[in-house]
Amino acid sequence: MARGKYDIKAFPGFLPMTILCLVILYAPLAVVTIYSLNDSNSITNWEGVSFRWYADVFTGPESEKFKIAAWNSFTIAIIAATVSTTIATLAATAMVRGGRFKLRTVSFGLISLPLMVPEIVTAVATLIFFNSIGFTRGYLTILVAHIAFCIPFAYMPISARMQGIEDTYEQAAMDLYATKRQAFTKILMPLMLPGIISGYILAFIISLDDFIITNFVKGAGVETLPTAIFGSVKQGIKPNIMAISTMLLAVSIIMVTISYFVSKSDNTK
Amino acid sequence: MAAGAASGGSAKSDTYADARTWLLLPAWAVLGIFILTPVLMMLVYSFLTKEFRGGVIWELSFAAYDQFFCSRGLFGDEPCTVEWTYINIFWRSIWQAGAATLLSLVIGFPTAYFIATRPESVRPVWVFLITIPYWVNLLIRTVSMKFMLRDQGPLNDFLISTGLIDSPIHIVNTNFAVQLGLFYSYLPFMVLPIYASVERYNFNLSEAAADLYASKMTTLRRILLPAVKPGVIAGCILVFVPSLGSFLAPDLLGGAKNFMIGSLIEEQFKGNAGNWPFGAAASMILLSMVLVILMIFARQQAKAEKGAG
Amino acid sequence: MSDKEIIAIDVRDAVKRYGDFTALQRISLSIYDNEFFTLLGPSGCGKTTLLRMIAGFEDVTEGAIFLFGDEIENLPPNKRPVNTVFQNYALFPHMSITENVGFGLEMRGKSKSDARKRAGEMLELVQLSQFADRKPSQLSGGQQQRVALARALAPQPKVLLLDEPLSALDLKLRQAMRFELKELQRETGITFIFVTHDQEEALTMSDRIAVMSAGEMQQLGEAKDIYERPHNMFVADFIGETNLLEVSVDQITNGRAICHLGGGHELTCSEVEGIGVGANVHMSVRPERLFLSDEPTESESLKGTIRDNIFVGTDIQTIIDLADGPKMIVRTSNSDRGNKRIFEPGAAAYVNMEAEAARLLVD
Repeated sequence: MARGKYDIKAFPGFLPMTILCLVILYAPLAVVTIYSLNDSNSITNWEGVSFRWYADVFTGPESEKFKIAAWNSFTIAIIAATVSTTIATLAATAMVRGGRFKLRTVSFGLISLPLMVPEIVTAVATLIFFNSIGFTRGYLTILVAHIAFCIPFAYMPISARMQGIEDTYEQAAMDLYATKRQAFTKILMPLMLPGIISGYILAFIISLDDFIITNFVKGAGVETLPTAIFGSVKQGIKPNIMAISTMLLAVSIIMVTISYFVSKSDNTK
Repeated sequence: MAAGAASGGSAKSDTYADARTWLLLPAWAVLGIFILTPVLMMLVYSFLTKEFRGGVIWELSFAAYDQFFCSRGLFGDEPCTVEWTYINIFWRSIWQAGAATLLSLVIGFPTAYFIATRPESVRPVWVFLITIPYWVNLLIRTVSMKFMLRDQGPLNDFLISTGLIDSPIHIVNTNFAVQLGLFYSYLPFMVLPIYASVERYNFNLSEAAADLYASKMTTLRRILLPAVKPGVIAGCILVFVPSLGSFLAPDLLGGAKNFMIGSLIEEQFKGNAGNWPFGAAASMILLSMVLVILMIFARQQAKAEKGAG
Repeated sequence: MSDKEIIAIDVRDAVKRYGDFTALQRISLSIYDNEFFTLLGPSGCGKTTLLRMIAGFEDVTEGAIFLFGDEIENLPPNKRPVNTVFQNYALFPHMSITENVGFGLEMRGKSKSDARKRAGEMLELVQLSQFADRKPSQLSGGQQQRVALARALAPQPKVLLLDEPLSALDLKLRQAMRFELKELQRETGITFIFVTHDQEEALTMSDRIAVMSAGEMQQLGEAKDIYERPHNMFVADFIGETNLLEVSVDQITNGRAICHLGGGHELTCSEVEGIGVGANVHMSVRPERLFLSDEPTESESLKGTIRDNIFVGTDIQTIIDLADGPKMIVRTSNSDRGNKRIFEPGAAAYVNMEAEAARLLVD
């Protein structure tokens, strides 16, 4: 810190503010994690460390509900992330490597639409859409909605990555007799891989975490983890909810960490 | 610049120009059908007649907007006077979102500044630390916040044990709890754009100001702040806009008294008591507000860019 | 040396436009088989555009390009038997050195093992066999450069295009690579088309040079020719160091033009086609073709006063103000110091030159 007598960049109080910021961001997560280990039926009293509530999630009275919800959540997240990442990769190729074209701005607007429209509005609109075409709400409607709004999240890291890769690599490949398709699959795709992986992971997390849109389009009887947790929380926070929340939290943090390290590994150098 | 035009940056690359229609088609189709069309249909629905068991009757009606803005007495037969119920809900939402934005700015600016002035090698680690919580399920974060702020929760326990207070402070189900929840939900959105603009800032300018006898605070106010203003505005918008339509924080932390737009809309589609056209109309009003804010912002950014270029 | 009977690349009336901007204005030139040919010019002159048109990365707006008699301007780059060494090498970062060098062969349908074998031979040629399994990022700049060469040469292209391949290297390495490139061209017998903005590079390596500026070809010729007989202002100024003086032509006889310049100085220059009596033009004379003396000599002598001497390593640069006229710069080799006297600033002296060395220039 003390890099000399007069540091033009340093302001007293900014470090404590930063620490405060981190404390605010992490304290609730830490508290829930700690209390998920509480060996007590009440969430208020601390009675020592145990994993009983984790066991309860898998074997307790609500375990069946959570199992189905988890299955729905993860299968939807995997399919939605796979499809939206594929669509986003193709779109990014056109946007970054497609030269200038008339519909470029419009396309970009369309791709970022889910980021601009408030989530609750997207939720209402999607509900109205499925209702008006007479589509029964359920697993499939959740999946389709997730695919659509995950596209921009997958698109951003992928297009950022592609902008960072000079097109001379593909030109060099074509100069060495590769066709356009070969230049794409043998050169561009491998170089894009870190971007595609982070795009996939972000789409996966966004899908896994979504509550609002899912809540609107899920229909009766179909639950994902967030909607199941929300339903339980409405009756009060119970220890098993803290356990399941902690597990979900861990999944997100692990995935984001992977994404961070993948995107940091620069395979063009 | 012939060479420049010839070698071209990657942004100008046209390697796959001949295939771009096919490459974009899936994105156009999915987003066009499942995002754009639904939004347009929502607009249509806001002008239809409500059906009592949820859903709509396909008859043109301005009842939804009328209900939103007009009070027509107990029996609905009086002339239109301004109906404050929903406008007040919107107003409260704006106020809450604004307070959350201000809170985020007060904490977020020093944080962003601090991170941006770290050595280049450790900056990504700090940014990573700030962004992690954003990727944790919003529901879980809000529930955690609620758990922490409860009367018998860890925060009150901690404050009582330190002797700062004698009895728990009631935070949950207050406006402040909602502000705190919104602030917590979107804080990283404030930090990141400010961080980006401070990182780009040329500190030689501050040195030049200091050389010309400006104090540190004057330098901050007169030199740095104008330079990073676009980042600050972007951060404020990124916090304000999602806060405005948020559902979870007001629902879980605010309770019935602290109703916001999100809850109002959600209620219209729940069970049989709902009013779909009214919900659609409220959504349209929210969406228009957001789009207006974004458009003003985009125009300003464009102007700022032109000024810089 | 090049074979002037066979034309490797024939560019005919090639024009390149980007919208309203014309990058290349109707260029025609023939590059011989087995020639080391250089496109030289400042950045933005259109040299890279021309190279990329030959490679197939830019379309030709008008005109045609022939490769050994076959019209190629409509073929995509992967159908043209020419290969490129890119400015920043563009080595595929996710492939090993061998995979990089073998890539073109594989794309041409050779089996993986054949491609590997040939890649091995090429790496031997550029003395990088021991790095075969490394990734490009593990190599130094000079080594990457040689890999890029090996990769471009492996499929035995009919013409090799080099886009400022030495610009990313440091000075020492750059000088060493000039020699290596020239050697490689001789050994392989492949036509090299080399793009550079570095006139020294162009002069030391090329059989012939095309000097370009603003999308137009300014002069085409052998290195020595271009240096000693620059055709116009641009070439004289761009290539090497020179004294440019405004003169007007008084009289032309026997291939000699009598000119005068400010201050009443008179001077005989060699005649240049296209410049007639009465013309006001520029005259170029290289500083090393000038020498100083106390008294007028038999050569063309101009009287002046020494302003300053500047030590520049191998040479001494003397600035002299001509009486009532412009200044001139004279370069004297340091090795000559023994038998040439140094004139102190303020001393009167004569600047002398052969009429041969004084070149009139068209604008």
